[in-house]
Amino acid sequence: MELRERYEEDLFLVRGALAWTALIAFCAALLLLPRAAPGYLLFTLSLIAVNSIIAVGLNLLVGYTGQISLGHAGFVAIGAYTAGLVMTKVPWPEPLMAWGVSWLAALSAAGLVAAAFGFLVGVPALRLTGPYLTIATLGFGIAIHQVLTNWDRLSGGRTGLFLPKLLFGPWRLGERQLYYVAIILAGLLVWVAFNLVRSHVGRAFVAIRDSDIAAEVMGVNLTVYKTLAFAVSAAYAGIGGAMLAFILGYLEPQLFTLFESIYYFSMIVIGGLGTVPGSILGAALLTVLPQQLAALKQWLPLVYGGTIVLVMAIEPRGLYGRWMKIKLWFKAWPF
Amino acid sequence: MPLPLLDINELTISFGGITALSDIHLQVSPGALISVIGPNGAGKTTLFNCICGLYRPDRGTVRFHGEPLLGFKPDAVARRGIARTFQNIELFLRMTVIENLLLGRHLHFRAGFFDAAAGSPRWRREEIRHREVAERILDFLDLQAVRDRRVGDLPLGRQRLVELARALATEPKLLLLDEPSSGMTAEEKDDLVFRIRDIREEMGVTVMLVEHDLKLVMGISDWITVLDHGLKIAQGTAAEVQADPDVIKAYLGETAIY
Ligand SMILES: Nc1ncnc2c1ncn2[C@@H]1O[C@H](COP(=O)(O)OP(=O)(O)OP(=O)(O)O)[C@@H](O)[C@H]1O
Ligand SMILES: [Mg+2]
Repeated sequence: MELRERYEEDLFLVRGALAWTALIAFCAALLLLPRAAPGYLLFTLSLIAVNSIIAVGLNLLVGYTGQISLGHAGFVAIGAYTAGLVMTKVPWPEPLMAWGVSWLAALSAAGLVAAAFGFLVGVPALRLTGPYLTIATLGFGIAIHQVLTNWDRLSGGRTGLFLPKLLFGPWRLGERQLYYVAIILAGLLVWVAFNLVRSHVGRAFVAIRDSDIAAEVMGVNLTVYKTLAFAVSAAYAGIGGAMLAFILGYLEPQLFTLFESIYYFSMIVIGGLGTVPGSILGAALLTVLPQQLAALKQWLPLVYGGTIVLVMAIEPRGLYGRWMKIKLWFKAWPF
Repeated sequence: MPLPLLDINELTISFGGITALSDIHLQVSPGALISVIGPNGAGKTTLFNCICGLYRPDRGTVRFHGEPLLGFKPDAVARRGIARTFQNIELFLRMTVIENLLLGRHLHFRAGFFDAAAGSPRWRREEIRHREVAERILDFLDLQAVRDRRVGDLPLGRQRLVELARALATEPKLLLLDEPSSGMTAEEKDDLVFRIRDIREEMGVTVMLVEHDLKLVMGISDWITVLDHGLKIAQGTAAEVQADPDVIKAYLGETAIY
């Protein structure tokens, strides 16, 4: 059955010896890095992992399903505060705390609660398209920020919310251990995203983006898939938010403003809408760049805005799209 | 007479002041190939939109296999075995040909979200099975050569064929084709006639055809319904319809405008 093999092969995420070598080398580098890298670099890499999780999730919604969310920081905040509250307000018995059950529970709760909120935002979004949806999500993000700012008992008010150190058996998770948790989580969620986008679920997402009428007539239930996209995207944001809370050890509402929403949005536009690797690329770039441009802090919103416009005009598929073109060019070389 | 596959009664729908369909009765028996013709704005596309759930009629019933169809959303109608193509081609232009066909298989997937997310063996088995069906349809319509091409890059005639293939991929019992030959060259049209015949004879699909090319329609249809301004003005074999004074008037009226 020669044909059958071809279909099987079509389903592999990583194809060819070269791709496998590159992937293994990349993973090995990530795993070995803490031995050599200074602390601040590990911190930056952990942030890149967190931002990658959020960006990949956002791209599933915006890039794949074509539903714009300008309130994603709201979902990140919901995840972060859910995790923070589960860690601090739940009276965990000593052994559960000691064996990491508390923070694993916090992580899961963050994903689930954010997904529930995603679903809730997704329902009215069924009736909204284009700019109206954008404005609705924008409003959602601002509302979450307002609630956190004004509801002191929930968010800890001006003093903020401090998280206890994570424990796992005899270990207290420090910078290095958190780095491992972050990259393993990111790896897992990126793998899930790859699985989704090449499956019938991902195809339905893209179908809705390209022609919702045709999608419907092909049997795609718009209600189910649009709310699903919102829930999945929000779950990614929530898990990212929880991880952010663990890494920072401290939460305040100012971490989740409209500016952060635009920041996440910029990552996927610059990295490449509708591509998983592009999301990671964008997340990495926009994690490192602000650190380098610390002097320009108050101009950053302007820089992001300008860059988005520029990317849209020159290369709508972002950095990743450009990279693919360059790769194709080299493949064809020397013509 | 066997139970009709599609049974439309008193179907009426209007938009603002325009009555797009007025008290339409239409029965299609299983295995038939029937055509709906009529001048521009007659209500042909509206009829299809009512059947497949995109429009909600003001009055009337549509039954499929004897079961009421109205009130269901398009995806639920598709699940019951009705597929269609569009007059203005509604393909997923940024996807490849094979990906478009795989969307036609969407409603046959039983694997759920978590199967897909984990790439489970169950999902994998299904995916492979559906890919095989899609490949068979590509073979059937001679589209293998463009299998991995982006649909947006194909010429119009090819796009129409891909849309037909995608509709077939759902394995419909009833296929609604809205002007499938428009934008096709003469050879492509001849080719299309054979394909539609094959679809009916080899796959046993019942076909409803909306077409402006009367020569094509006359040669292929069991019988023909003529609409004009939302009214059914005639129904019968090609010869009967061609001789009908109302039909001649409707079409002459149209040419007189141009
Ligand atoms: N969504 C809509 N809103 C308003 N009017 C509509 C709508 N859909 C159809 N109509 C009107 O209903 C009438 C019938 O339109 P329809 O598209 O069914 O005609 P048709 O027979 O398919 O014509 P053509 O041969 O040009 O495709 C037209 O007058 C059209 O303007
Ligand atoms: Mg029409």
